[in-house]
Amino acid sequence: MSDPSQPSSAAHVRLGIVMLCHNELPRAAKLAQVWAAGGAVVAIHIDANAPADEVATLRADLAGHEDIVYSRRHRCEWGAFSLVRATQDAAALLLDRFEDITHVMVVSGSCLPLRPVADLRAFLARHPTRDFIESVTAADVGWTVGGLNEERFTMRFPFAYRRHRKLFDRYVALQRRWKFRRHIPEGLVPHLGSQWWCLTRPTLHAILADRRRPEFDRYFSRVWIPDESYFQTLARRHSTQIESRSLTLAKFDGQGKPYIFYNDHRQLLEESGCFVARKIWPNATGLFAHFPRPLIGEASAAEPQPERVDRMIGQAVARRKLGRPGLYMQSRFPRKDAENGKTSGSYAVMQGFSDLFPDFEEWLADRIDADVHGHVMSKHGVEFAGRMPIGPGGLSDSAALRDLDQRGFVANLIRISQREQIVQYSPRDSQDLNWFMATDPNAQIFVITGAWAVPLLHSGMPFDDIRRVAAKLQRIELAQIDILNSVWLKARTRVWDLGDFCSRPSGVMRNILRDLGGEPAAAANLPQMREIAGMGRFLQRLRNAGLRPQLMGEFPVADTMPKKENI
Amino acid sequence: MLLVRAIRRRRRLRPVADRTKRIRRSDILLFMTIRNEKIRLPYFLEYYRRMGIQHFLVVDNGSDDGGLEYLAEEPDVSVWSTHDSYKASRFGIDWINWLLYRYGAGHWCLTVDPDEFLIYPHHDSRPIKALTDWLDASTVKSFSAMLLDMYPKGQIAAQPYLEGGDPFQIASWFDPANYTIRKNGEYWNLWIQGGPRCRAFFRDNPEQGPALNKIPLVRWERSYVYVSSTHMLLPRSLNVVYDEDGGEKASGCLLHAKFLSTFETKSAEELERRQHYSDSQEYMAYHSGLQESQDFWCDESRRFEDWRQLENLGLISKGNWA
Repeated sequence: MSDPSQPSSAAHVRLGIVMLCHNELPRAAKLAQVWAAGGAVVAIHIDANAPADEVATLRADLAGHEDIVYSRRHRCEWGAFSLVRATQDAAALLLDRFEDITHVMVVSGSCLPLRPVADLRAFLARHPTRDFIESVTAADVGWTVGGLNEERFTMRFPFAYRRHRKLFDRYVALQRRWKFRRHIPEGLVPHLGSQWWCLTRPTLHAILADRRRPEFDRYFSRVWIPDESYFQTLARRHSTQIESRSLTLAKFDGQGKPYIFYNDHRQLLEESGCFVARKIWPNATGLFAHFPRPLIGEASAAEPQPERVDRMIGQAVARRKLGRPGLYMQSRFPRKDAENGKTSGSYAVMQGFSDLFPDFEEWLADRIDADVHGHVMSKHGVEFAGRMPIGPGGLSDSAALRDLDQRGFVANLIRISQREQIVQYSPRDSQDLNWFMATDPNAQIFVITGAWAVPLLHSGMPFDDIRRVAAKLQRIELAQIDILNSVWLKARTRVWDLGDFCSRPSGVMRNILRDLGGEPAAAANLPQMREIAGMGRFLQRLRNAGLRPQLMGEFPVADTMPKKENI
Repeated sequence: MLLVRAIRRRRRLRPVADRTKRIRRSDILLFMTIRNEKIRLPYFLEYYRRMGIQHFLVVDNGSDDGGLEYLAEEPDVSVWSTHDSYKASRFGIDWINWLLYRYGAGHWCLTVDPDEFLIYPHHDSRPIKALTDWLDASTVKSFSAMLLDMYPKGQIAAQPYLEGGDPFQIASWFDPANYTIRKNGEYWNLWIQGGPRCRAFFRDNPEQGPALNKIPLVRWERSYVYVSSTHMLLPRSLNVVYDEDGGEKASGCLLHAKFLSTFETKSAEELERRQHYSDSQEYMAYHSGLQESQDFWCDESRRFEDWRQLENLGLISKGNWA
């Protein structure tokens, strides 16, 4: 046996390929020739279900190849032991028939070699005693379909998963309920991993010639998906050096089915430096024409670098599972609180400011890097910045259109805009999104409670109407404040009452500008503020009319009614 | 019941060119109804042939522009003719349901209008068979593709559409992010509205605005039936083309080449016939809009680039089909 640190020549490696074929036999025939041409010996297992005429064609196509042999055919069913049986027979055939074989690798009829077969041989020559087989203890694996990890080994599975799904599920549930457990043969520690392995001759031989093999086979024949556990478990028993990874690039798409490669993945696959990739879409003729790359010069034993592929597939899996935050669309319409991000970016809701400062929007827009809108939830229509009839993304200023889907309106506004969105809000506006915004970590909510009283003070409406409106607005704002005080609050909120704010407006605005990423010093020159002299008297009149103002804070009753010149 | 209606309507369809014997088991089929749309047909057939549609099954509702004769000559088209009322056949869907029942079972079936052009993730590098194979492997039976209204910059009629041309060279703009979505509790489908038509014509009564949600691609079974256009189907599990736990399923869109120079004559004609939805409310609105030279374009309009642009905007999704 050679020293692993001394790269030995690829000539010392004789590679045996077990090729498991179910359909697409013409493609399989071509691939078998590719392996044979690269100096490997191929044992083909053809599913007994494959159509006879295709089998005959395949055999005719491959006639004359001494290094392509056929193993005994089994009827293969997904998830059943027949696949292991097929692999065992084919592997045994290889070891018996070809004494010079040093490694055996399992591939399928839809596994495409990317690099020259000589590269793989050179790579194996560099690690002559390593068994490349992904093998993870069942207890730690956590990636399998249907949540069955350890239970694969301790339950019975008499019903086919794909054909009798309901029975399968019910029987599993029943066994869980009755705490049924099969006995695992002594000395075995269940391991799981990819069925696309590459073992050294000694290890494979030891597995196949194990004294206790009848016992193990009997046991595994009742384990679920044994092709992902039989060799993975037994290699642990016999191998001296397990390298727990697969030399085949075979990824899952997060829903338990193999990831499929297409023509447009050509460059990605080429750069991955992987030896073999699966699955390839059968009609991806561009890939089949391009790969495997021809051997130019010396064979390369370079390590595969599948990180980019991993990243791409990882992103795809995340896209399917988590989606993009704040996106509501035809194929992503999350239930309430399952949004994984109610909105896509931060935004601010400012309540009461425009009631105190008539020119607040322009003032703020000059001081921070953000789109400052008016009351976008106003019942009369959407007040976009600059009062444009069409807002970001083509959103309409029609209140009726917005109200068809308010959540979508806000999410669209935020998602389509490059800059932070700031909106004005008031108890006069539609309140349906209060919970949505309060439970959204992207929201910053600044409230001056009771500020809605300032325009009322100056409204000149008959006092009876003012009282009625004030009662209504107060009720609405109290309900909103309840939400902002709830334990489910996720938004960053700051609440001042009117009296509090008016006592130190510059100080408060300085903090707000800082929170919004502006320059605090810019709060020095505040915009023109509406007159609040007379607020104390006004509140007292409301009290006298039987309404208790709760949100405005402290104003001295003694001050006078607003004078004409103050308005 | 809907299926019974559809089966009863079969007698009203007269085969003009029946090449359905040529349909092979794994073929992907396209179903549509046309009326006086000959000018659109060459580009339409070319577009979908390139995508990998193997057979077109068409109901012609009384064309008099030579469209029927044109289709009858095409080797991969089967065409039936009827002079029945479009409206009484529930806007043609009864006819289509019959054809789907008779020829669609076991096939992936794409049901579109002649002005709808399917876009799906990777459509520029993968034929539709790649998509349907993947859907099969994922045990997905229906694929969502919302309608995306495309329009030119300037007046709709300004640049004439010529037979065989790419309509999206002219109508190359769309609205990126003004779509409203609501879930239909009864059929489980999403109602999607919005886009240029809604903001231009239905701002005060958006409920009347056209529905943009479509499920045009379905692996058909005998027990399936379209309920209302291709907006929704039965059984209703087919309408759940969206994920409700925050994830994204794969989806595409139908680029809608309705707003071309051909539109003005079409809308006048449809208005005359009153054969469309809600007494052609849509067409009435358009026509009044058009007389004042309708221009959908606004500063927020985006020029169509490719499917990746739509994916970035979140109008379609790759799901986990990367």
